[in-house]
Amino acid sequence: MKTSILHDVSELPTYGFGTRMTMAWGTMAFILIEGTGFAIAAAAYFYLAWLNPEWPLSAAPPGLLWSGLITLLMLVSLWPNQRAKARAEEHNLPAVQLHLLVMSAIGLGLLALRAAEFATLHVKWDANAYGSFVWLLLGLHTTHLATDVIDTIVLTALMFTRHAHGKRFSDVTDNAFYWYFVVASWLPIYFILYWTTRL
Amino acid sequence: MSEASVRPAKDVRDTQLDAAELHARLARTWGSGRGLLAALSTVDHKIIGRRYIVTAFLFLFLAGLSAVAMRLQLARPESALMGPDLYNQLFTMHGTTMMFLFAVPVMEAFAVYLVPLMVGTRNIAFPRLNAFSYYVYVFGGLMLWVAFALNIGPDTGWFAYVPLSGPENSPGKRVDFWAQMITFTEVAALAVSVEIITTVFKQRAPGMTLDRLPLSVWTQLVTAFVVIFAMPAVMLASTMLILDRLVETHFFNPAEGGDALLWQHMFWFFGHPEVYIIFLPATGFVSSIVVTFSRRPMFGYLPMVLSVISVGFLSFGLWVHHMFTAGVPQLGASFFTGASMLIAIPNGVQIFCWIATLWDGKPVFRTPLLFALGFIVIFVIGGLTGVMVASVPIDTQVHDTYFVVAHFHYVLIGGAVFPLLGAVYYWFPKLTGRMMSERLGTWHFWLAFVSFNVAFFPMHILGLQGMPRRVYAYQAEMGWGPLNLLVTIGAAFFFLSFVLFLWNAVTSLRAGAPAGDNPWDAGTLEWATSSPPSPQNFDRIPFVTHREPLWAQRDALTVVAGLAVDHREVLVTSVTEARPDLRETSPAPSIWPFVSAIAVGATFIASIFTPWGVVWGAAPVGVALICWFWPKGAPEDEE
Ligand code: HEM
Repeated sequence: MKTSILHDVSELPTYGFGTRMTMAWGTMAFILIEGTGFAIAAAAYFYLAWLNPEWPLSAAPPGLLWSGLITLLMLVSLWPNQRAKARAEEHNLPAVQLHLLVMSAIGLGLLALRAAEFATLHVKWDANAYGSFVWLLLGLHTTHLATDVIDTIVLTALMFTRHAHGKRFSDVTDNAFYWYFVVASWLPIYFILYWTTRL
Repeated sequence: MSEASVRPAKDVRDTQLDAAELHARLARTWGSGRGLLAALSTVDHKIIGRRYIVTAFLFLFLAGLSAVAMRLQLARPESALMGPDLYNQLFTMHGTTMMFLFAVPVMEAFAVYLVPLMVGTRNIAFPRLNAFSYYVYVFGGLMLWVAFALNIGPDTGWFAYVPLSGPENSPGKRVDFWAQMITFTEVAALAVSVEIITTVFKQRAPGMTLDRLPLSVWTQLVTAFVVIFAMPAVMLASTMLILDRLVETHFFNPAEGGDALLWQHMFWFFGHPEVYIIFLPATGFVSSIVVTFSRRPMFGYLPMVLSVISVGFLSFGLWVHHMFTAGVPQLGASFFTGASMLIAIPNGVQIFCWIATLWDGKPVFRTPLLFALGFIVIFVIGGLTGVMVASVPIDTQVHDTYFVVAHFHYVLIGGAVFPLLGAVYYWFPKLTGRMMSERLGTWHFWLAFVSFNVAFFPMHILGLQGMPRRVYAYQAEMGWGPLNLLVTIGAAFFFLSFVLFLWNAVTSLRAGAPAGDNPWDAGTLEWATSSPPSPQNFDRIPFVTHREPLWAQRDALTVVAGLAVDHREVLVTSVTEARPDLRETSPAPSIWPFVSAIAVGATFIASIFTPWGVVWGAAPVGVALICWFWPKGAPEDEE
């Protein structure tokens, strides 16, 4: 088919930040998927809680110490996360490296706390349906957390190599954006597991 | 390292080259190369889309064979061809394969192939994820059929209700294979949805505002969202089922505070939208076909778009109608009956728009249009029985009888398979560069249309006479023999129609008439490029000024210039207006998606046998994914 040139795009940049990039849309779509998964798991949990006359079924509510520390650390992490994002938008490599290192350390710390948390649930997955759900919700969130922590560590390593330029800064902002979701999805799960059982 | 030092060497732009050289160099940049490694590393959406289509049709063939086997068994009373155990496996394999390995994947397959061409871009968004999704899908399907060959095929029906599928009533591994197959196919489907959403939102050709988006693409976009909201439910449910079976959790065990109905809720929260995941893209095919062969734009584009979107929403209001007989509160039942009837409205709107378009156009009755019309007829009948079973009293009466089997085959075959066959006739020339035979096509259509009705219409009557579904034999005294024989004869001829179709496809592939770029004189962008399209899809990205660009600009298509030639670059545009915004790189071929799929597949399969499979598998999966994402110094990695 014959063509006629109407417009020249040579001058367009090769990357941008946020929703200008395809990556951001992929990230948002994955957030939607995982968010739906969490929402359905939570709905199923409430369905059983509503169905059973007693809830939690013959078990003490899970302990508050480690989970509280996790929640606290998650909230604290919002600050370096925001800084990593802002510095990436300025292409400030040393600052990005620093904040990514902090975020990696926080991620590892969270995983360590999570291991301790599993030991204080006061119920096993095979004890009853309540126990099954506690482990399911926490298991899902742990998978999600671990994936993003590994992702962050790999990105951190990447930002110390010769690849750390151009659109990598945009990747850093996407990673930071995703971390907000990690935190945001934890808060309702925390509330469900630790507080609805105490109300 | 500064950007400037990387740039100049590779920055050849299309403005510097003449047409022939531009074409050749782009083809080299976007080509997949030769050899096995290259074949497994390709990220070309057309190659992967083609594989997806062929694989899905292979599964259709296998599922069709199992249907024929079932029909042979049921052809006469008290037949001794097979026992109940094999029959159970057969209907489960048939239903599962049709739904999870054929119908949903084949619609995605068309999306993977067509959407990038229709929106005028060079590759799908996240092309490596696309390759990964295909391999995961193939492994899941293979696993299920290998299990069946080893006599560990699932046998609890395509929706595997607990407690039947629970640890006590279904010991052994059969159900675990079923549940894990779900995980495979849903991972694949979700991945494709992410790609489609991003491609449609961000990679449309400049000027293709949302209200110039082809209806086919609209349906794929809405479907992608339905997948995203529906599939997590079944993935979670099947995981919970496996956990109940493997590590003694109690999600579905009433004795320990679990609940069997929870499975049904979770399954049908996905299961009903699933019907629309299959059906919506099919309506998109019909829209493309109707417009092209009516020789006029769609009558009521906006109502069509709104219908598609509202079907997407309403499809989530229907799940409980599969459970009317399981006992749900009265008010709830009324609500879901209402929603079930409501969805007839947007579906009706679509049918009226198609008919109006045909009415007002100058319809050309080629094979694709025949199948589109066949679809409308069959689907209306399926819709009528659908409105019937949406009402609680009738459903109570015919539940689990052949009436329901008839209903859902009218909906599924009428609503999905007929449009799909029309789509194959319609886009075959684009995929292969050759036309399919019209003569064989017409024969195929009439054979399929008549035999389909012979096979499935009598099932309504059998159902009303009380014949239950999922029985492997019945007594002569029931009087169901003659109609069952008729059904089987119809089914055999229906199967034959597919053999004819296959014959047509194979002979046309070798010796069909050459198609040229746009054999049907269609208006959308996939017809603006060669058939089959070269690896880069378009030498220059179109600049869209009209809903049917090729009809509006018959002498010369407006295009943009300025993209890179020596490395893969796509034009990224704004979400609603499609204003050019960025020149993003597009990932080069890589073997790692394939390796990752193997690692993921091995992990899933191992987890059927021991929960430690997940732990052992995590490391190889992690390594493969890191290798996938780590930049290897290709220009595409370094922008
Ligand atoms: C070759 C044409 C087909 C024939 C002859 C056929 C025949 C049958 C028969 C006889 C059954 C009922 C088995 C029983 O209840 O005992 C059945 C079930 C089913 N069919 Fe088909 N079918 C065909 C095509 C399809 C297609 C294209 C789809 C979907 C896209 C489909 C989806 C299903 C499903 C979901 C079930 C229910 C399985 C279950 O009970 O778990 N079929 N089919």
